[in-house]
Amino acid sequence: MRRTFLLPIVLVGMLAIVGCQTATPPAQTPAQPTPEQPGQPTPEPQQPTPPAGEATPAPPPTGGHLQLIRDRGELICGVNGGLPGFSFLEEGTGNWSGFDVDYCRAVAAAVLGNADAVRFEPLSADDRGPALQTGLVDVLIRNTTWTVTRDTSWGLFAPTTFYDGQGMMVNRALEAERTTTPAQTLEDLAGATICVQSGTTTELNLADQMAAAGVQFTTSVFGTIDETYQAYEAGTCDAVTSDRSQLVARRTTFANPDDHVLLDVVMSKEPLGPVVPLNDDEWFNVVKWTVFATFEAEEQGITQANVQEMVGSDNPVVQRLLGTEGELGAALGLDNDWVVNVISAVGNYGEIYDRNLGPETPFNLDRGPNRPWTEGGLLYAPPYR
Amino acid sequence: MTAERLPPPSTAVGPLAWLRANLFGSPASTLLTLIMTVIVVAGGLLIADWAINHARWGVVTNNLKLFLVGLYPFEELWRVWVALLVLSVLTGYSAGAFGGAPSRTLSNWLAAGQATLALLALVSAMSMTTVVALGANAAVVWLTFMLGLRLGAPRRLLTFTWIGAVIAIFYLLQGARGTPLELVPTNLWGGLLLTFMLAIVGIVASFPLGVLLALGRRSDMRAVSLVCTVFIEVVRGVPLITILFMARIVLPLFLPGDLRIEDVYRAMAGLTLFSAAYVAENVRGGLQAIPSGQVEAAQAVGLNPIQTTLYIVLPQALRAVIPANVGLFISLLKDTTLVYIVALLELLGIGRAVLAQAQWFGAHVEVYVFISVLFFVMCYTMSQASYRLEAQMGVGKR
Amino acid sequence: MTAEAPSRRHSSVPFWRNVRVLRLAVQIVIVSAIALLALWLWNNLTAGMARSNLTFGLDFLDRRAGFDIGETLIPYTPSDSYGRALAAGLLNTLLISIVGIVLATLLGILTGVARLSRNWLVNKIAAGYVEVMRNTPLLVQLVLIWTVLVNMPTVHNSVALPGEIYLNQRGLYLPRPIADAGLGGWLLLLAVVIGAIVVVGFISGRRAEAGHRPWPVARIGLVALAVAAVGGWLLLRPVAFDVPVLERFNFVGGVVLSTQFTALLFGLVIYTAAFIGEVVRGGIQAVRRGQVEAAYAIGLTPGQTLRLIVFPQALRIIVPPLTSQYLNLAKNSSLAIAIGFPDLFSVSRTMMNQTGQAVAVIVLVMGIYLAISLFTSLLMNIYNRRVQVLER
Repeated sequence: MRRTFLLPIVLVGMLAIVGCQTATPPAQTPAQPTPEQPGQPTPEPQQPTPPAGEATPAPPPTGGHLQLIRDRGELICGVNGGLPGFSFLEEGTGNWSGFDVDYCRAVAAAVLGNADAVRFEPLSADDRGPALQTGLVDVLIRNTTWTVTRDTSWGLFAPTTFYDGQGMMVNRALEAERTTTPAQTLEDLAGATICVQSGTTTELNLADQMAAAGVQFTTSVFGTIDETYQAYEAGTCDAVTSDRSQLVARRTTFANPDDHVLLDVVMSKEPLGPVVPLNDDEWFNVVKWTVFATFEAEEQGITQANVQEMVGSDNPVVQRLLGTEGELGAALGLDNDWVVNVISAVGNYGEIYDRNLGPETPFNLDRGPNRPWTEGGLLYAPPYR
Repeated sequence: MTAERLPPPSTAVGPLAWLRANLFGSPASTLLTLIMTVIVVAGGLLIADWAINHARWGVVTNNLKLFLVGLYPFEELWRVWVALLVLSVLTGYSAGAFGGAPSRTLSNWLAAGQATLALLALVSAMSMTTVVALGANAAVVWLTFMLGLRLGAPRRLLTFTWIGAVIAIFYLLQGARGTPLELVPTNLWGGLLLTFMLAIVGIVASFPLGVLLALGRRSDMRAVSLVCTVFIEVVRGVPLITILFMARIVLPLFLPGDLRIEDVYRAMAGLTLFSAAYVAENVRGGLQAIPSGQVEAAQAVGLNPIQTTLYIVLPQALRAVIPANVGLFISLLKDTTLVYIVALLELLGIGRAVLAQAQWFGAHVEVYVFISVLFFVMCYTMSQASYRLEAQMGVGKR
Repeated sequence: MTAEAPSRRHSSVPFWRNVRVLRLAVQIVIVSAIALLALWLWNNLTAGMARSNLTFGLDFLDRRAGFDIGETLIPYTPSDSYGRALAAGLLNTLLISIVGIVLATLLGILTGVARLSRNWLVNKIAAGYVEVMRNTPLLVQLVLIWTVLVNMPTVHNSVALPGEIYLNQRGLYLPRPIADAGLGGWLLLLAVVIGAIVVVGFISGRRAEAGHRPWPVARIGLVALAVAAVGGWLLLRPVAFDVPVLERFNFVGGVVLSTQFTALLFGLVIYTAAFIGEVVRGGIQAVRRGQVEAAYAIGLTPGQTLRLIVFPQALRIIVPPLTSQYLNLAKNSSLAIAIGFPDLFSVSRTMMNQTGQAVAVIVLVMGIYLAISLFTSLLMNIYNRRVQVLER
């Protein structure tokens, strides 16, 4: 029978694949300069050093995204698409809005001078890594947590734009049906069913935290953000866990938001930021310094309203930032007034935050650590020189 | 003395007899009939009550544009109508000029489908342009059918027109930068439009590939035969969803680094590869059914192997497997719903996106029932047409 | 008469017209073309993978998984390895496939027979069921069923069925039997009764061959077995039950058929049963009418005819398409990802994301599915050969 010999062929093939990994170790790229070592304005293309001795594939080509985007005339930005406040598509008007969306616009303004030359690709949590790895998007700005594994496999993380933590949201209405003492801590959730999205750090943290607290629970894993919260609202889970900002944002879409309460626990650190593909230092620097530009603009008091008059300022720091002095833009591969484009398109960090998550919005998220370092927060831009 | 002729007893002919034979033939049969009647009537009443009194059909009528064309920009919708017009004209004309059950089935189906959609658009909140466009297209199919019957057309001209039309339709729908038609990126295609694009491209592209694979599998050259067999068996042995994932993640890695393939094209590639293996098996069955006498006669007449395959073997084999291939097209149409798992917003994906709107929370059943009914209508009409086709061709009777 | 034999008979055909040489040349060209294409694709692949830091190696299988799986047949915690997570997913897939195949076959045979019934109502209802199932996508059916099940009452308002069975939106909670003191005795009793039935049946068969009337072994045996089972149960108390008890959030104890599992199983079974029904109907209809008439002529009842004459012959026609329906069910179980059931594909998707090694994982999973398919068709081919007509 023809089919019988396919079985051993498949098995032999799988063994060969396993064997391959011992013969050809993966080409390792050395660690890129991390933002903890600020002050490298001139990009130096680094050649990956091949591992000693073994046959390796040719060094992968560096660079290219900046020119590719310029040729295309459009930036392709991977976003969430279902998270109000961060990246959300209004069905009726077809307008995208949100914190991450504004950062996509900022990068487009920096590279192309036009904040509207962006195509938004909604990606689920499971999809975002491979999408970045296979070139489906140029940059991933999708409330992605910075971890070692992701830094080495998905792409390089630009500076954190939102310092968040993992939280737990409980359905008080469901609880009230069966108990008078509502849950306040993680230990109170013993025996509960908890909804979580697959492919997120929250999935891993949940298992770790509950094991550390010695709490037994059941997970209910879903592939997309919508499914997760719909299942939670329908009552198939007692609680849902995710980044606190996401919980607050999605709560506003519920039929009865007051029935859902965030527990007063912070289960992990969740630094969220943009991600660019590996092996493109030029592009990494562009995105990194765009983010820093918004931090620095807030620090220097430059806003969307006054950026044009600040161009004529005497302050040398502002002059270098806005490009009236020096060639910093050209060093990055951009126009010298690229920061002016960025700030006039989306404003400084504070304005971006307030517009999407601030007191005027349904979310009203306290800035917490998301403040400039001069105000006691964690936002610190390296000097522009 | 002639006896009076009485009519046959009422229990032997007529509706009463039919009832007796078919519903109450034996005690067991009677019992079954009673139980089934109760279940059917009760179930029917429940469903009717739900559908009329409790169901929120607004989720469908308010979002019909999303269901039909996804996120396609409003200002560019006229391009979809023009593309449909091109398709309608050509289908109707080909059906009229060539006759043959397949093309006639297709044109009937196209006309009926567009008429139904026009009715649906009329009931929903959609603009009159949509209703008029769809209704006019349905009428155009009939008109060009009549025209084709009268005028006829040379085969070669029609083939070239079809090829040109396909390119024109793609250009109309997608456009390109720098040309009069602005680019509508494929990630805005959605709903029924995307379902059809995926299914049609899938079946059309997989057909030649499948035929080649089938011929390769039956070839005498061991290497070619082995490669084709392995490909076919591997593709048929894995779920479609893994192939779609492979197309999404692995396929781009096979191409040079700076070539970026759109999401939709990756899904089309996956569907094409999957469908090609099944087409290959169908065609192989057809090839096996050709008596060897045909090949021998062709050799006797002096045709070389390529000519034999092209002019003698393939036409007969392909004619024999048309019904099986129609079944394959129906399966592929249903399988396009799987691309929702790779984050493309075809009909089911749009349905779930619509359900994410806060006001329609809980209207899940309405949306899924609507999508099921759409698919049912499309697939059922095609499968009925396929049965008639089979009967007409007398497949298996020659 | 000197007939000059044409010298052409002995001169060889020039090699560029020699058919054998031509075929060999064509084969070499095609093989080299395929090899060159494969080489180019392989180069692109390795370059692309290196660029994205993807590897082919499977060493990540030993690393700690870190994520939880909702329901597993084997004990699994987040500190287990990725390999174990994959094994848990694989066992879930196999569970769904095997249970689904058994149930779908039963329902499919029922459907096929119903389609041939002379009762018009039963016939048309079965036909309607088959048409609806065949013309709507499986994925839509699955999410529809899942939605309906999720709309059941919440945990606190569970529907309580007799026998400590609870039905709610999270699943069906059943009491779990635990082996108790009398289990051994009860099983022994059943074994003795079944053994006696087999022996008596054997003797009866021998007597029938010798020409005596056979004893009604089946009917009496069934009654005896039922009496023994129930009587033994009441007297010996072979099992105790671990009943589900509602605690603060969920039911604890007992065994649960989760909504996801039930929805997936139900959806797959009713979808595949429609296709199996058509296959069975085709097989039964293909048996020549003369066989049935001859069976009636020698006095067999319709039931006996179906069982002894029609079905064995129909099986020859049924088994190959039945195989492909079984394979379809096993492959369609991968749609579990849409309703949250942690089958092999769903677990692998989480792994793809958490390890970053998308290529290795997808190739591994495709290999596993391929192995399952090939193994199933191997088994079915063995069975097929046994039911085929032995050609002379």
